[in-house]
Amino acid sequence: MATTASELTNRSVQVFNRAELTKKLVAKLKRGEAVVGGIGNTNFDLYGAGHRPENFYMLGSMGLAVPIALGVAIAQPQRGVIALEGDGSILMSLGCLSTVAQLKPRNLTIIIIDNGMYQITGKQPTTTRSTADIVEIARASGIENSSWIRDEAHFDALIDRSFADGGPFLLAAKIDDQPGFAKMVRDPALIRNRFMKGLGTGRGGALDE
Amino acid sequence: MTWAESFLATLKENDVRLVTYVPDNVLTPLIKGASADNYFISVGTTREDEAIGMVAGAWMGGMRGCVMMQTSGFGTLPNALASLVVPYGIPAILIVSERGTLGEFNIGQVLVSRTMRPTLDAIAMTHHTLADEEAMPFVVDRAIKQAVATQSPVALILSPLLTGGKVFKC
Repeated sequence: MATTASELTNRSVQVFNRAELTKKLVAKLKRGEAVVGGIGNTNFDLYGAGHRPENFYMLGSMGLAVPIALGVAIAQPQRGVIALEGDGSILMSLGCLSTVAQLKPRNLTIIIIDNGMYQITGKQPTTTRSTADIVEIARASGIENSSWIRDEAHFDALIDRSFADGGPFLLAAKIDDQPGFAKMVRDPALIRNRFMKGLGTGRGGALDE
Repeated sequence: MTWAESFLATLKENDVRLVTYVPDNVLTPLIKGASADNYFISVGTTREDEAIGMVAGAWMGGMRGCVMMQTSGFGTLPNALASLVVPYGIPAILIVSERGTLGEFNIGQVLVSRTMRPTLDAIAMTHHTLADEEAMPFVVDRAIKQAVATQSPVALILSPLLTGGKVFKC
């Protein structure tokens, strides 16, 4: 669905579908990259793209996907870490972008999926619909490698670059108004156990198989 | 050894490497000591819940961490505590400098201080008020060990009896 989003932003960028974009991202993950999925449809579509042992699904604590990902990145500097977050969520915690810029974790990539709305609560608009530009905010916070994703080829190039070069990177995609459809299992202890097992930090007992 | 040096030594003995904080006067010797010691990774964050998120991520990545804050900073946390560190079983170590009591001059701090322990109790989060310098290392050491063993967060509240607090002469 390659329509321009000029009515939403004065940049001409492709409007993606969240589920499809997430599947494209997951298909490119070959080295056990940790993915921290923010609340709502963000993590539904992450789960729907095919669960990976290195996925973390945040169920509450809106706005904390990037800080959580930053913590993982600090603890495991050899592992690529991706924070997947929506516009409504990141607007709650804009300060963390400057913390990321200050710490300069080479292994952290932030992907903001921006539909300009709080999808799951009834599609109420966020400020990115009208005034806020997440990429500009990220650049002004000090994340120099911040870009809107123009189209699919650009997405591929940006992801490849974020894996090859030093980060931190922020990529932002305008997405359509489709909700996620996968049914996430809302079991925090299970999510934590599986994530830690995937990161090699689990207890490793017989019960943790 | 000052109370702060003793505190940091106990953190180190328990492999607590990540020290996140939103600063407070009373926390200054802890923050300074952690920043000066290469063992610790010291990170000032823009908000206390951001620090909680970082410590949660770090824990799951295999690194122990703590969050230092002022009492009023604790007031920003109930959602992050109730929906992240408690249900996900993350042994985050909260270190809260206690304002709002014993010489407080700011009524806002008094009021938010009154919300702290009831909030912790409401979500069944263990907390200890550290008032005695001699007992403090034992309490901190055991609190961290319990947090890790039971996969539960804990709050260590630094009373002005331990730290001197912050007072306005009037």
